[in-house]
Amino acid sequence: MDFSLTPLLVVTGISVALALVIVIVEKLIIKAGPVTLKLNDAEPKEIEGGGSLLGALKDEGVLVPSACGGRGSCGMCKVKVFEGGGKILATEAPHLTEEERGENVRLSCQIKVRENLVVEVPTELLDIEEYEVLVTGAEPLNHDTMRVTLTFGEGVEFSFRAGQYVQLETPIYDGLPAPTQRAYSIASPPQEKSSIDLIIRRVKRGVATTFVHDLIEVDDELTLSGPYGDFYLRDTPAEAIFIAGGSGLAPFEAILADMAAHKNEKNVTLIFGAVNGDDLYDLDKMRGYEETIPNFRFVPALSSPREEERWEGEVGLVTDVAGRLFESMEGMEGYLCGGPGMIDACIEAMTERGIREEEIFYDKFS
Amino acid sequence: MNGQPSAITVFIASIIINNILLTNFLGMCSYLSISKSVRPAAGLGMAVVFVMTITSALNYLVYDLVLLPLGLEYLRFIAFIVVIAATVQLVEMVMEKYTPGLYYLLGIFLPLIAVNCAILGVSLFMVIRQYSFVTSVAYGAGSGLGWALAIIALAGLREKMKRSRVHPALEGPGITLIITGIMALAFIGFSGMVPV
Repeated sequence: MDFSLTPLLVVTGISVALALVIVIVEKLIIKAGPVTLKLNDAEPKEIEGGGSLLGALKDEGVLVPSACGGRGSCGMCKVKVFEGGGKILATEAPHLTEEERGENVRLSCQIKVRENLVVEVPTELLDIEEYEVLVTGAEPLNHDTMRVTLTFGEGVEFSFRAGQYVQLETPIYDGLPAPTQRAYSIASPPQEKSSIDLIIRRVKRGVATTFVHDLIEVDDELTLSGPYGDFYLRDTPAEAIFIAGGSGLAPFEAILADMAAHKNEKNVTLIFGAVNGDDLYDLDKMRGYEETIPNFRFVPALSSPREEERWEGEVGLVTDVAGRLFESMEGMEGYLCGGPGMIDACIEAMTERGIREEEIFYDKFS
Repeated sequence: MNGQPSAITVFIASIIINNILLTNFLGMCSYLSISKSVRPAAGLGMAVVFVMTITSALNYLVYDLVLLPLGLEYLRFIAFIVVIAATVQLVEMVMEKYTPGLYYLLGIFLPLIAVNCAILGVSLFMVIRQYSFVTSVAYGAGSGLGWALAIIALAGLREKMKRSRVHPALEGPGITLIITGIMALAFIGFSGMVPV
């Protein structure tokens, strides 16, 4: 029997024709044109369907925070979706508590805009704007951490609460396919409105942090959005414990500067944890606040100080140090900023010593 | 009669007398698993009707216009399956868009229509029996309706059965198969209504 190409061509032809039909129908049905988006109390607005809700909200000028850049891993882009979001997806499930599910909370980066949507976002998000900034300072604090000063344009005032953060958009460079966003706490006081400081630590293979260390130069132009977050000092008489790990000192620098400016009399202890002396920075600045803030105590702690350092301060993990300082933490407030491991360990140690979970506020790096 | 039954005869016969499920026992897997309540069963039934009608028409055209002239009848299995798979994809997209509730309810069984043997069976039978185009489409639609009728009837029975005491050894698929057998017997009563 002769070898013939005909059967091969026929099967391929049929498959290709069907694939084409599917692609066309998909374009017509799934990405079917405009849908309406009703945001909070505003009138429904017509928008283009097809993308994610996170992107659609961004197009509308509502910048929902997203530390992971829409991959569904940070769980920060939560909004309430009352209509048109479909069922909760498997990718969202781990980020949503039972209570949140009852309130129609969803991850906006995972929802595809396919039908008319009714969405509610926290009102403070509506104040968030995008800014063009100029790098006016880049000062190394220790071997892997930098203080970067970003200045806003002429006449622009950036208002925020001490403890909030911004999202820095990294420009495209080699090996990075699209701009990404990373969240950084503001380290400068809110009284300073024309520029902000960020403390940026180099994370191995972290896209944005590597960029800041390797490529950032004074006079670079960057894009940021903010302010985000509800990590700020509560105006209560309760005594507070601040725990910072690594570059997690940043929001506390802002909060303490704000406290000094207002002569805030709240009882505050700041524990600054690091591995050894090389990881510490801004110690004199923090000690200085013990003079200018009425009831403030600064406790730097090293988990494994080197022999030659002759470290005379506290030794141990921040959780142990906090436990030594406070036998009972009942009625106190906890403020945490650092890596996820540190935060989780601190929450556990603090609740064990009597702080209620609602009184623990934290900013988790993710 | 010129040896070929008319399209209407084939249509009615395939619904009740030669019911593809109850006489050929094709398409049993989704029939057994999506027949616990009527609503999803009806939804799946409608999806099968739709897919069967469309695929019998498309497959007839593919067979008659492409495979037969080229002498490639032996490719009909692969060609039919590809057409069926694509049609199921389309149905899935249409349902996700217009009836999302049903789409989530049917879940994995919707894509599994693609491997529902009844659908391939209809396409192969119509070729073997050398039906004309119109008769083939009638046969496809009729078989789909017959399959839907069977699964809805079974789902109705199983809903009623929730309150009855079934012997533990027969719970689930066991009693379902017995019911299916009785239903098949009942459908034999229709034979003779239409001469096929």
